[in-house]
Formats: sequence, structure tokens, C-alpha cells
Amino acid sequence: MTIKQLSVFIENKTGRINDVARILGEKGVNMNAFSLADATDFGILRMIVSDVNAAKEALREAGFAVMLTDVICLSCANRPGALSAILDILARKEIFIEYMYAFSEGELANVVIRPTDVEKCIETLKNSASDVVNFNTKY
Amino acid sequence: MIWNKTKECMSRDEMRQLQSARLKKLVHYVYHNTPFYRNKMQEIGLIPDDINSIDDIVKLPFTTKQDLRDNYPFGMLAAPLSEIVRLHASSGTTGKPTVVGYTHRDLSIWSEAIARCLNAFGTDRNDMFTVAYGYGLFTGGLGLHYGVEHLGATVIPMSTGNTAKHIQLMHDCGSTALACTPSYALYLTEQIIKSGIPREEFKLKTCILGGEPWTENMRREIETKLGVNAYNIYGLSEIMGPGVSYECECKSGSHIVEDHFYPEIISPDTLEPLPAGEQGELVFTTLTKGGMPLLRYRTKDLCSLDYTPCDCGRTCVRMSRIVGRSDDMLIIRGVNVFPSQVESVVLELPEFEPHYRLVVDRVNNLDTLEVQVEVRENYYSDEVSRMMDLRKRIANRLHSVLGISAEIRLMEPHSIERSEGKSQRVIDKRVLK
Repeated sequence: MTIKQLSVFIENKTGRINDVARILGEKGVNMNAFSLADATDFGILRMIVSDVNAAKEALREAGFAVMLTDVICLSCANRPGALSAILDILARKEIFIEYMYAFSEGELANVVIRPTDVEKCIETLKNSASDVVNFNTKY
Repeated sequence: MIWNKTKECMSRDEMRQLQSARLKKLVHYVYHNTPFYRNKMQEIGLIPDDINSIDDIVKLPFTTKQDLRDNYPFGMLAAPLSEIVRLHASSGTTGKPTVVGYTHRDLSIWSEAIARCLNAFGTDRNDMFTVAYGYGLFTGGLGLHYGVEHLGATVIPMSTGNTAKHIQLMHDCGSTALACTPSYALYLTEQIIKSGIPREEFKLKTCILGGEPWTENMRREIETKLGVNAYNIYGLSEIMGPGVSYECECKSGSHIVEDHFYPEIISPDTLEPLPAGEQGELVFTTLTKGGMPLLRYRTKDLCSLDYTPCDCGRTCVRMSRIVGRSDDMLIIRGVNVFPSQVESVVLELPEFEPHYRLVVDRVNNLDTLEVQVEVRENYYSDEVSRMMDLRKRIANRLHSVLGISAEIRLMEPHSIERSEGKSQRVIDKRVLK
């Protein structure tokens, strides 16, 4: 039910994100989703990519600190209120979300969630949200 | 004004006789009271009676900061603890500080030495001082404090920080003199200008600056912007604290309190004494100290000595500005920092690679210290908060070891130069013009 997210630690300096994008491009790795969390002097790039192992290897070789994290990718309808319905359920069960980001593909919207407790989050969604949400594991 | 004309204006001959007599007494004293020195002298086959004049000082062994560390905390004391009335300490490179003990007599000699400085700066009992050196283990605060009282002037013990209150008290009480580090004086100058209080409402006329190296340009800037006379005071805790040497109205070198602290200049490489006027490492022997007397203590400060008479009438030898260090010690916001201290912290934390870089700069007249470190592969996280926790952990540890705060910069793997030996661990961007 989970997919692998690729995280890369980068110093805040011009051109650094481009270095990552270029390396992945050269390896033929596509980025499906991409988000950047930034502190004052560093950032953490989080990505859902087409070939996580090839991406990890290529970035490691180039000297980047790379981490793989289990995250949940959900697909829901791309319409107002759809996300709120899901988050309501998680909040009621007191599932804490460390971070999340989303991207849409026409009729569908995809939400990447990194909860503190992955197992509990999956259980909760399976039990109470199967009508509004699908686990997206194609990435 | 000359506080102690007898000592400050002695003929060179008389001074040498006094120094010779005091050195002879000192060598007997440490031989019989400090096992460290007795052992050192016995190792080279020297007995106290071999020392008959100040010229024989070259026969005596050197003392280094490492010796003080090896004998931590009380191994260098010549007086029993019952005679010691105060301890000061400076930060150590491996977590162990260097402890210095003073007898009642040491403290009164120290205060008298500082009174000489203050009088040479043109201040007397009618002046009022704010002392903005750190009060506490650092010798600057308490040293100046008792020196001002010995002079008979008024002292406001500001210590460091709280600049707004400092400016208020300077203004409301009409203080006439300020003792602090030169960089703090520059910072305070800016804050006074910012406060919008007109200069003529302040009575400040004299700045007593020390604790870190500074330059003629900084003096000009402080004197012009603040409308004061700024003087250098030099010292180090191992020898006594501030008051080892001081400028006079001529502002051309700092007169050493030579009847108490005997200076030599040696080559840091050969350890041989250098001819007068040549630049080398400054070495001091404490001629009169009872608590922790030191023979030929290597300060690691590089400067030269000038024995020619000064226009002010004083005959005491003058030392030039400190032009550098013969070791890698940095002075940041008046605090001594060794790169090895940072290294010890980085090595003890498993979350970080054993590589680091220090970047020292001066922003708005205040020194800044940035410590660059790399997180170990397994400790990187996809969560910002965890990375921030790592940063806080090393920042707290560094603060407790260094005594000053540092900005921590987390770097990408392998971005800090690895080459051993010559790798540049310190980048000091401060330009002392």
C-alpha cells in the first residue's frame, strides 16, 4: 500500500536543484511529483520518480545524501472538498501528518502523505474511506 | 598622569636590578613550592643559585598552556589553597579549562597595575566607568572592576549584553569611561547613534579596549564616531588578566608593567631570544606572583618590544600591537577559541562526520562564527524538524564547550575538504585594516 519516496538533502545554493533534475534527466528517470521543504540554509527535495533505484544510485554517485521513505499515495476525485473528506477521517483517528503534497492528473488528484504512523494510517483509510479514496501504487 | 612614578619611570639600570632581585627570589620560591618547576629544573641540572641576574632568565625552562592543562586544576599553584582567595578560568581545548589562582597580594598587585593603566589613559578618581567585559570566570570584568575601585573612581559593573540598559545608564549617570572589547565599542557606538540621544548628553570621553586584537583604523573609527580617546589594554589570564601592558597618551605601543611581568621575545621556531625590536613570540615571567607564578610563559602572541624612552616620561618597555599568533587560536567576541575544541565536539557526536570548517566574520562590528558540518549518511532525514534537531544538538554542545554561540550550517556529504594536514579548517574573513 506504500510507495517509495526519494528525498535528497541539498544546501541552499543556486543551481543545486537543477543538478538533481539534470542527473535524473540524464538517467531517463521521470519525476511524477516533486516538493521542496526548506530551512534557512538547507532544503529537502522529496520526489516520486519513475525508477527509484536508478535515481538513488545516480544521485549517490554524484555525492548527494539520498533517503528512501515509505509514503502513502492516494487517488481521489479532482473536485472541491475531496481532500477534506479524507483528512477529516485521519484527524478523527488522530493520525499525525509529518508532511504532504499533491498533484492532479485530469479527473484524478493524487495526494502523497507521510504520516508519523504509516501502518495506522493505512488501516484507517482501508476501513473507513474505501468509497472516496484509492491507494495509488503505480508510481 | 603617572600613577606609580617610581616604578613606571625608573632608569633602565634600576629596573634591571629590581628585576634581577625579584627573579632570584621567584626562582627559589617556585623551586621549593611548585614540584612541576623543581622537576623541570632538576631535569636540566639547574639549581636556584644558578640564577643571579635577569640575564640568567634564558637558562630557565619555558611554560606552555599545555603544561597548565596537564597540571589541571591546581598543579601549578605555588601557594597552598588556604592562601588562594580567587580562581579564574579560561576555556580549554579539550573541555578542560585552565585554572588560575590568586592570593590576596596577587589581587592587590593586579589592581595597582590596572590603576597605572587607567591613570595613563587620563582617568582618575573623578571618573565613572562602565565595565562591559564579561564578569565571571573571564578575567576582564572583575579585573577592571577592582582596578577602577583601586583608582578611586566609580565603577558600574555592566558585564556583557543588555546594550539598551548600558546606554541608558551611561546617559543617566553621566559615565565618563567605558571598558570593553573594541568590537563591542563599535557596536555600542552604532546603537548610541541609533538611539537618537544627542552625543552632547553623554559625558563619555575615554575607552579602554582590549581582549582581542584591533587596529589603528578601528581606533580612528571609534574615536571619530564616538568622540572619545581610545586606549589599548593588554593582558592574559595566565599571567594576571588585563593590565599586563597599557598605552599612554602617546598611543605608540603599550608599556609593560615590567616590575611584575618580565617580557622576552623569542623565535617560536628555535625558542632562542631575539634581539630588541625584532618580531617574535612574547614570553612572560611573573616576577612577583604568589598564587600561580609562571616562568617564561609562552603567550603565542606575536609582537616586538621597544626599549627606547617614551615621550610620556615612562621608561617601561613598550610592546607593539599583536600582529598574529604562533598557534591557531582565534579570538571571537573576546573569547579564545581553538579549532580543536570544535573538533572534539564533532568527534563525540555520532550523527556527524569527523570533518568541519569554521568561518569567522565580522558583521555590524560583531564577530560571527559559523561551523560547517556534514551529517552522517544514516542520520539524514526526510523531515526538516529532525534535521533542525541535529543542528540544535551540536549547537548546544558547542556553546557549552566554546562559551560563545555558533551558527551551524549543515552541509552536503563530502562538501568539506578532506585533505589532511594542510586542509583549511578555518576561514577568517575579518579584515583588520
